[in-house]
Amino acid sequence: MMKFLTIEPVRVLLYLVGIIAFTAANAAYLVLAERKGAGRIQRRPGPNEAGWAGILQPVADGIKLLAKQVMVPPGTDSLLFRAAPLMVMAPPLLCLAVIPFGDTIVACNLNIGLLFVFSFGSINVMALMLGGWASRNKFAIISSARVVSQNVAYEIPMLLVVITMLMVTGTMNLGEIVRQQAGGFWHWNLLKVWVNPFMPVTFIIFFICMLAETNRAPFDMAEAESELVAGAFTEYGGMGFGVFFMAEYANIVVGCSLATILFLGGWQSPIGVLSGGWFGAAWFLVKLYALIFTVIWIRWTFPRTQFYSLLNLSWKILIPVSLVTLLLTGVMMKIL
Amino acid sequence: MTDPEIASPSAFPEPSVLATHSAATVRPVHDEFHGDLLEVSMGPQHPSTHGVFRMVVTLDGEVIVKLKPVFGYLHRNHEKLGENTTYLGSMPYTDRLDYLCSMTNNWAYALAVEKLAGQPVPERAEYVRVILAEMTRLVNHMCLVGFLFNDLGTSFTPLLYAFREREKFIDLFESLSGSRMMCNFQRFGGCRANPSPEWLGAVSKLVDGFPKFLDEYEQLLTGNEILLARTQGVGCLSPELAVQAGITGPMLRASGVGYDIRKADGYGIYPRFDFRVPIGAHGDTYDRYMMRILEMRESVKILQQALRDIPAGPVMDPKSRLRNFRPKPGEAYGRIEGPKGEIGFYLISDGSPNPLRYRVRAPSFVNLTVIEDMCLGRTVADSVVILGSVDIVLGEVDR
Repeated sequence: MMKFLTIEPVRVLLYLVGIIAFTAANAAYLVLAERKGAGRIQRRPGPNEAGWAGILQPVADGIKLLAKQVMVPPGTDSLLFRAAPLMVMAPPLLCLAVIPFGDTIVACNLNIGLLFVFSFGSINVMALMLGGWASRNKFAIISSARVVSQNVAYEIPMLLVVITMLMVTGTMNLGEIVRQQAGGFWHWNLLKVWVNPFMPVTFIIFFICMLAETNRAPFDMAEAESELVAGAFTEYGGMGFGVFFMAEYANIVVGCSLATILFLGGWQSPIGVLSGGWFGAAWFLVKLYALIFTVIWIRWTFPRTQFYSLLNLSWKILIPVSLVTLLLTGVMMKIL
Repeated sequence: MTDPEIASPSAFPEPSVLATHSAATVRPVHDEFHGDLLEVSMGPQHPSTHGVFRMVVTLDGEVIVKLKPVFGYLHRNHEKLGENTTYLGSMPYTDRLDYLCSMTNNWAYALAVEKLAGQPVPERAEYVRVILAEMTRLVNHMCLVGFLFNDLGTSFTPLLYAFREREKFIDLFESLSGSRMMCNFQRFGGCRANPSPEWLGAVSKLVDGFPKFLDEYEQLLTGNEILLARTQGVGCLSPELAVQAGITGPMLRASGVGYDIRKADGYGIYPRFDFRVPIGAHGDTYDRYMMRILEMRESVKILQQALRDIPAGPVMDPKSRLRNFRPKPGEAYGRIEGPKGEIGFYLISDGSPNPLRYRVRAPSFVNLTVIEDMCLGRTVADSVVILGSVDIVLGEVDR
C-alpha cells in the first residue's frame, strides 16, 4: 500500500488533493478565525450560532454564497469578469506546491522554489486588476489602479530582501533553506545576527511587504471599504466574491509560510526536541498560524494608511533601507 | 502619478486659501500625466457617508477637484409637519432629528416654546436637563470618535468600545424615559418624570468611572501614528470661513473661534457651573477629533457639579398646561449648544394650538455646507475622514 502511494503520479495526485483541501480549509476557517479574533478584540463573541461555538459558520457562509446567482452586470467584459476569480485563486495553490511543510512533506522539491513562489505570487495582482477593470465600476477601477501601483511599489523591497536572504543562504531551494536553520531557535535566520546583523530588519521589511502584497490592513487599499465600498470586488456577488475572499486568505497562508521558511526555521523545532516527520509539520503550522494571527491582530487594531503615504513608505523608506541592507550584507560577506 | 505636482496632495493650495472662491478655481491640469476627470458618485448607498448622504466628487487621479454634496434622501417634511401638529405633538418628532441626541433636541424645542409662552421651569428640572444634555454630549462624542475611526478604516474596533460605554448611558435614558434613543422626555415647563435618587446615584457612578474609560480610549487612539498622519493638516477650516458659513459647535471651536452657547447665552443654569471651553489651533481634522475628547472631559466636570448640587423638588411647573396649549401670538427662537453645534427652533404663534411657522436650525446641516471647501485638493480617502469629523446625522440634515 505504502509502495503504491509513492508511485509518482499517485503521489502528485495526492498532494494536489491535499493542497487544494488545505487551502480551502484554511480559507474557510481563517475567515472564522478572523471573525472570532475580531470579536475578541472588539469585546463581542463573534459568530457563535452555527454549530458549537460557530464551528459550522464557514459551511453556512459557503452554502449561502453558492446558492447566490453570480450577477454579471450589463456592460462588463463578461469573459474577464468570470476569469478573474479563477486567476486569483490559482497562484496561491501553485505556490503551495513548492512550500515544504516538513522534511519530506513537499509536493515538488524544486531547486528554484523561491523564484517559483514569487513569479506566481505576482499573478495575483493581475487577477485583481482584471476583475476591477472588467467590472466597469468606478470604485473598482480606482481600486485596480491602486492595486497595481501598490504591488509594484512593494514588490521591489520584498525582492531586495529576498536577494539579501539568497546571499546569506546561497540557495533557492526552500527545503535547503530550512535545513540550514536546524538546531534550535538561535539558528533561525531571523536571529542569526552573528552572520548578518540586519536579519531582524530584513524580516520586518519582508513582513510589511507581505502585508502590502496581500492587501491586508493597514495597507488594504484595494478593498478600502470606507472609501471604495469593496474595491475591485464591488460588482462581484455570490461565489465570485467568495473566491476573491478566499484567495486573500490563501495568499496570507502563502506569504506567512514563506516568512516562516525564510526567517523562522520552517519545520525546525525551536528547542531541538520533537523534531522531524509529523512533528516538523506541526512546528511549521504553529509558526504559520502565529504569524497569521499577527496579521489578523494588526487588521483589527490599526487605522488604514493613506494611499500616498503608503507609496511614500515603500519608495522613501523600505527600498532605500533594503538596498542598504543588501549592500552591507554583500560587504560583510566579502570581508568575513 | 509621476508628476511631482500631483504626487503629493499638499502641492495643492490649502483649502483655507481656496475658501473664499468657488470650486471652479481649482482647475484640472491637462498634460500627458492628467487624463480626463473622473466623476464618482459616493452615496447614497456608500458605507461611509453616514446614512443616505451623497457626494458627487470629481477626481483628477485621486485628488478631488470638485465636490457636490447632495442631500434630501431622508427628507420627511419635518417642518411642515410641525405646523400641522400641536406644540406638544411635535416633541416626539424632534427625537427623530438627530437620533443620537434626542435629549438635547427636546430641550431646544422646549426652550423655544417656553420662551414663546413665558413658561418658567423649576430648578430641579433645569438640573435634570443639564444632566441629560451633558450625558447626551458624552454619548454623541463617543460615537463620533468611533465613527471617525471607522472612516479611517479600523473596522469597528473603537466604535464598539464606544458603544459598550454608550450602552450604559442609554440604559439610564431608558430607565428614566422609557426609550433608549427616542426619549421624548422634556415638556414645556419641566420634564416628564422626576428622576429617583437611585437613578441619580447610578448616573453619578457612571460619570465618575467615565474618565477612566476616556483615558483608556485616548491611550489607544490619540497617539496613533496613522491617525496623526491622516488627520493633521487635513481638511483645514479657516476661522473666517467658519464664522461666515455659520459653523457652530466643536467644529467652529476647532478652528479657533471661542464660541459656545452655554457661555454666550448662559441658558438654563449653565452660568453656575465651572467648566472650560476647549479651542483648537489649526481647524484640521485632528483638532476636531481632539475637541470632542476635551469636551467630554469638560462634560464630566459639569455632570459632577450638577449631580452634587441638584436640589429636591418638582420637575414640572404646576401652572404649565400641556393639553389645549395655546401660546399668545408672537415669535420665539430657542437655541442650545447641542453636541453637534447650535440646535435652534424658531416658532411663530398666531394663538392657535399649532405653530404658524416651525423652523429648525440643524447644526449638522449648516456644518455640512463647507464640506467642499475642506475637501478640495485632498484625496477621496481624506474626504471620507473629513466628512466623519464634521459629525453629521442625516435625520437632522434632511429633516
